[in-house]
Amino acid sequence: MALQSLDIWRRSATTTPSPQQREPIEVAKLIDVTKCIGCKACQSACQEWNDVREEIGVNVGTYQNPHDLTANSWTLMRFAEIEENGNLEWLIRKDGCMHCADPGCLKACPSPGAIIQYKNGIVDFAEENCIGCGYCIKGCPFNIPRLSEKDNKVYKCTLCSDRVSVGLEPACIKACPTQALVFGSKDDMKDHAAERIAELKERGFENAGLYDPQGVGGTHVMYVLHHADKPELYNGLAKDPQINPMVSIWKGITKPLALMAMAGAILGGFFHYIGIGPNEVEEDEEEEKA
Amino acid sequence: MTNTWMDIKNANVILVMGGNAAEAHPVGFKWVVEAKAHNKAKLIVVDPRFTRTASVADYYAPIRSGTDIAFLNGVIRYILEKGQVQHEYVKAYTNASFIVREDFKFEDGLFSGYNEKEHKYDKTSWAYELDDKGMAKVDETLQNPRCVINLLKHHVERYTPEMVSSITGTPQKQFLEICEMLAATSAPDRTLTSLYALGWTQHSIGAQNIRALAMLQLLLGNIGMPGGGVNALRGHSNIQGLSDLGLMSDLLPGYMTMPKDEDLDRATYLDKRTPKLLRPGQMNYFANYPKFFVSLMKAWYGPAATKDNDFAYDWMPKLDKVYDGLRVFDLMHEGKINGYFCQGFNPLASFPNKNKLSESLSKLKYLVVMDPLATETSEFWKNHGESNDVDASKIQTEVFRLPTTLFAEEEGSLVNSSRWLQWHWKGADAPGECRTDVAIMSDLFLKLREMYKKEGGAFPDPILNLHWPYHDAEEATPEELAKEYNGKALADIMDPNDKTKVLIKAGQQLSSFAQLADDGTTSCGTWIFCGSWTEAGNQMARRDTADPSGLGIAPNWAWAWPANRRILYNRASCDPSGKPWDAKRKLIGWDGTKWGGYDVPDFKADIPPGDAMNPFIMTNEGVGRLFALDKMAEGPFPEHYEPFENPLGTNPLHPKVVSNPAARVFDKDREHFGTNAEFPYVGTTYRLTEHFHFWTKHSKINASLQPEQFVEVGEALAQEKGIANGDRVIVRSKRGYIKAVAVVTKRIKALDVAGKRVHQIGVPIHWGFTGAARQGFLANTLTPFVGDANTQTPEFKSFLVNIEKDTDGKVPAVPEATASATMKTADAGDVDLGRRGWLFGRKRKEEV
Amino acid sequence: MKSGFRQDFPILLKGLFRYNECHPIFFYWFLSNTMQISRRQFFKLSAAALGSSSIAAMGLMPAQALAEVRQFKLARTTETRNTCPYCSVACGIIMYSIGDKAKNAKSEIIHIEGDPDHPVSRGSLCPKGAGLLEFVHSKTRVTFPEYRAPGSNEWKRVSWEWAVERIAKLMKEDRDQHFIAKNDKGQTVNRWNTVGFLAASAASNEAGYLTHKVLRSLGVVALDNQARV
Repeated sequence: MALQSLDIWRRSATTTPSPQQREPIEVAKLIDVTKCIGCKACQSACQEWNDVREEIGVNVGTYQNPHDLTANSWTLMRFAEIEENGNLEWLIRKDGCMHCADPGCLKACPSPGAIIQYKNGIVDFAEENCIGCGYCIKGCPFNIPRLSEKDNKVYKCTLCSDRVSVGLEPACIKACPTQALVFGSKDDMKDHAAERIAELKERGFENAGLYDPQGVGGTHVMYVLHHADKPELYNGLAKDPQINPMVSIWKGITKPLALMAMAGAILGGFFHYIGIGPNEVEEDEEEEKA
Repeated sequence: MTNTWMDIKNANVILVMGGNAAEAHPVGFKWVVEAKAHNKAKLIVVDPRFTRTASVADYYAPIRSGTDIAFLNGVIRYILEKGQVQHEYVKAYTNASFIVREDFKFEDGLFSGYNEKEHKYDKTSWAYELDDKGMAKVDETLQNPRCVINLLKHHVERYTPEMVSSITGTPQKQFLEICEMLAATSAPDRTLTSLYALGWTQHSIGAQNIRALAMLQLLLGNIGMPGGGVNALRGHSNIQGLSDLGLMSDLLPGYMTMPKDEDLDRATYLDKRTPKLLRPGQMNYFANYPKFFVSLMKAWYGPAATKDNDFAYDWMPKLDKVYDGLRVFDLMHEGKINGYFCQGFNPLASFPNKNKLSESLSKLKYLVVMDPLATETSEFWKNHGESNDVDASKIQTEVFRLPTTLFAEEEGSLVNSSRWLQWHWKGADAPGECRTDVAIMSDLFLKLREMYKKEGGAFPDPILNLHWPYHDAEEATPEELAKEYNGKALADIMDPNDKTKVLIKAGQQLSSFAQLADDGTTSCGTWIFCGSWTEAGNQMARRDTADPSGLGIAPNWAWAWPANRRILYNRASCDPSGKPWDAKRKLIGWDGTKWGGYDVPDFKADIPPGDAMNPFIMTNEGVGRLFALDKMAEGPFPEHYEPFENPLGTNPLHPKVVSNPAARVFDKDREHFGTNAEFPYVGTTYRLTEHFHFWTKHSKINASLQPEQFVEVGEALAQEKGIANGDRVIVRSKRGYIKAVAVVTKRIKALDVAGKRVHQIGVPIHWGFTGAARQGFLANTLTPFVGDANTQTPEFKSFLVNIEKDTDGKVPAVPEATASATMKTADAGDVDLGRRGWLFGRKRKEEV
Repeated sequence: MKSGFRQDFPILLKGLFRYNECHPIFFYWFLSNTMQISRRQFFKLSAAALGSSSIAAMGLMPAQALAEVRQFKLARTTETRNTCPYCSVACGIIMYSIGDKAKNAKSEIIHIEGDPDHPVSRGSLCPKGAGLLEFVHSKTRVTFPEYRAPGSNEWKRVSWEWAVERIAKLMKEDRDQHFIAKNDKGQTVNRWNTVGFLAASAASNEAGYLTHKVLRSLGVVALDNQARV
């Protein structure tokens, strides 16, 4: 099913330029953490729609389950209890892919077409093309993609590109009981956010604001925060996310150098093999990293 | 709910107390968020814990579990003292001006008429003074000291802010700020709505918690108003319906009550239950009781119920006492119950004191469980390690587990919390040999009837004569049954205004309970559902989303009882002259000849404003009751009584009467109550949003969202006890223990109560020994076997525990899929937590 | 995944010369310093990387696959309206089942989401409702009648006929023995109080109504439902 509504903007590791003539609307998900009750309907709907099932984990002293994003949990409610001047706040943030305008994952990805950015702003992983190298993980300024132990491919939120492509909202958006999640054109979402921020300021949240970080060119998942001046309160939301400079360097000047280095490494490996024999790693070395 | 889910958006102030709406009813809570976003509403949460509801509230105050009446009586005192009541409403629409009998008294914690031996009240004195015509005396000037409002003022006088704070632990400043916010809704154009649930009902004084709020709402003029009301958020999808259908020991359909031993014939029975007018000109709708009752008997016994046999009155069993769940388990424990049926119900987890329940079930001859899931109750006899440590060889109960369909595999209607009957359709066949509840009940009944026909036996008459007109006797269709409870005409019904015109022909469906008769010419299985399936078809399947008033009524979506009315007591949304109290909330109005509008008027349609008839048409005096007469078991006014297990060991208001003197408590259970010396902390059980009762732990998605049992402990107590976040702990009560992970939190604070520091421990329910989540302990292992005096609802919300670190605790296993006939038990050994690769393995700081 | 250098080498070599983008081998240094990756782990990754990317580069992968999103799974499923069976908000749900109800197609629910028409829920669901599919297909559903004999430690599969017959027999024995027609005072009471029944809180009104009708005809008084707890 080639889906015309999802015109491609960029593909990873591909030199053939994408067509540029058509200009579909940009979409965005707005997460209003001030309306969020942390119910995890989004987590549940995400698993259900995407046919992935999280493992039965353990409780380590938090409502947050699973404890981190995984190849099965592409979105996660992160809980933080913040107490300042006797004023207790339970800040709950839905974490997941931000669908950056300038996606570090796509830039880092060496496999052609494994990461695709559509013109509407969705950054999608095509797992068929994923080679499991994990560079997207390093390239992501938000630490979102997760490598699956099952198939050695990387998974993350697709913004339900399969739903959006037929005109539906993503599964999490639809499920959200309190309208903390809203979906629409990026312009509409900014307008909606502005209304919300005005209302919050009226209620005394002077620093309420929109999180649409420009360091990654803006995002297609934005937050309304009561404390936009301190995003790190929300379980470490990056204050000014940037793509790891190594990704840009790698794309530019280091290419030829790297090629040479690789050749050297392979040759070195080859002689190592000829001379010393196969290199085996003890199991416990892996355990240690676990 | 008196109002609807959507109507919450019309509120100006929303009080969530005795519930945790965001967590237990997230989608209904949508309308709270809507009220905040678009009606500038303020959300107030009063709860022992800072809950997920509190996380989006404008104002949160902590409270000691089980002290809500002290808080609410304090609010009532505040608004009466400040005069911040809706004066006109209170005068016209409540019994504030009614004069109470001289011999009614309240002294030292007891109302007049207490019988110490039976733990019961003689309620004769809890009544109005009557004139020679039998009408209640009133004093419109409110000067008479025996006026309800003056007695109420006197009653709440003791609940000063200091006293409230001392009992509840709520800091005085916070209490007063909340009083101020609530009091502001006494303005006719401002409303308060209250959302409560089991946080109020699950106390030995539960029903009075709700009464206290209802009284507050009457005083503020918020009953009958869009954006007002007293809104019970029912727990299960059809618990409203099951209650409406009367599936309780003492009820019949439509809140009629079961006859008692001394109600020897139908006339005696009806006479006691048909209310007499207490004020002239009132509607007194329950005066139609005989029509509802006879129509029910015609639905059940058809042609066999005749005038000659008193409409089969003798076939209705008579009650010598109320056989509520607690009583039945107590009888079972004494070996007086032989057989027990659990239809979609998991009592081993749902009633208090699991160990007593388990012992009781072991004394049964047979247990029949009908359920789609492998419930704990069905496996009570099976050893599941420490969390169900029983010896199967010593349990002689025969157990049957009958697989049933679930919602997706059947058709029919459910009643939601807003009293809407909504029809649903079947999507797929059930797996294996699952059958519907209707098929199972029919099968059992037909088999019994066949046996009684063949062999005879004890009093077979009602069995042999039960009306069974279904096309397929073995499985009546939902349509046939729905039509039966709606009711039909058995003879032509004539138009009351034109006796020559036939309104409804014999055999046709009725369209309103106003058409019911007491002479056997109508049949109706549940009078309040009359109108749900008329000659125009299935009203419950209607899907018109239009909401012409914009007030969240959607009058043509599904069907609401009674009479498709969406907001109860809505006549009270207009002043006595018929004008809406608030023009922006116009729901109904008088058009010169009749009442009408966006909702079905809760009033006699052709009675003009200014008439003597008052808006509360179900009471025999036509007004809302600030004084409850004899309707409550422990007094006409709510009074603060301590939970049966409480951290003080006394009641600061009246040390001689500590706890509810009329509560449901069996003497031998008293020895299983703990004291504050041995169990110093207050325990409270509750739901989490990720789970539904003991069902969703069978769903892998939900099991993954809250995989393992935990308890919540405040930082101060954790520090005292040397418990770190994530440690394994043992929580004990006098009745048993559970093991869980400790979630150490800032969200539960120690409270200063009557000069003592009181810690509360949160115990979420949801885990057990079957399902897809990690094996856990049934939380009711901890809870005491004591119930409310009116509803017998157990005191799950407030009891005493102790807590200690479990130094050799292990991660419990996920039980093996106990698919049908899997005979292995789950091994509660250690498990591999899963090795994580380098890409996921970075431990994050989020883990508080 | 067990792969040694012996397996990796040819792939690596092929990749080196075929790859149209530079391979980031220098990341080895970078990653191993920043993320404590072992050399072997790195090679494992890069081997796989090279393997598939080289195939793509050689033109063996169909070009349109690069633009493919996951197919929309509901295109021709059958929609059925229902009500969430959990709490009393009673959210509207739509159940999607495979097949178009043709006689030869076996319906199976593959997805459940909110009904946007529903005036209360407006398409939304809570985490319980959003996970309903796994409730329907729960591995711990009971799917045939079972019986546990006195003292036994196991379930035994039985037929419906046997179960109903046996239960009815137990009921009749008990009722015939313990039915109270008149109390001590000689009042007609016609009750059977040695049996108890708990009615389902998620059963439909129709099931509840019939249950009530049947039970009172038997004289049952110990009847209760979840409303009290």
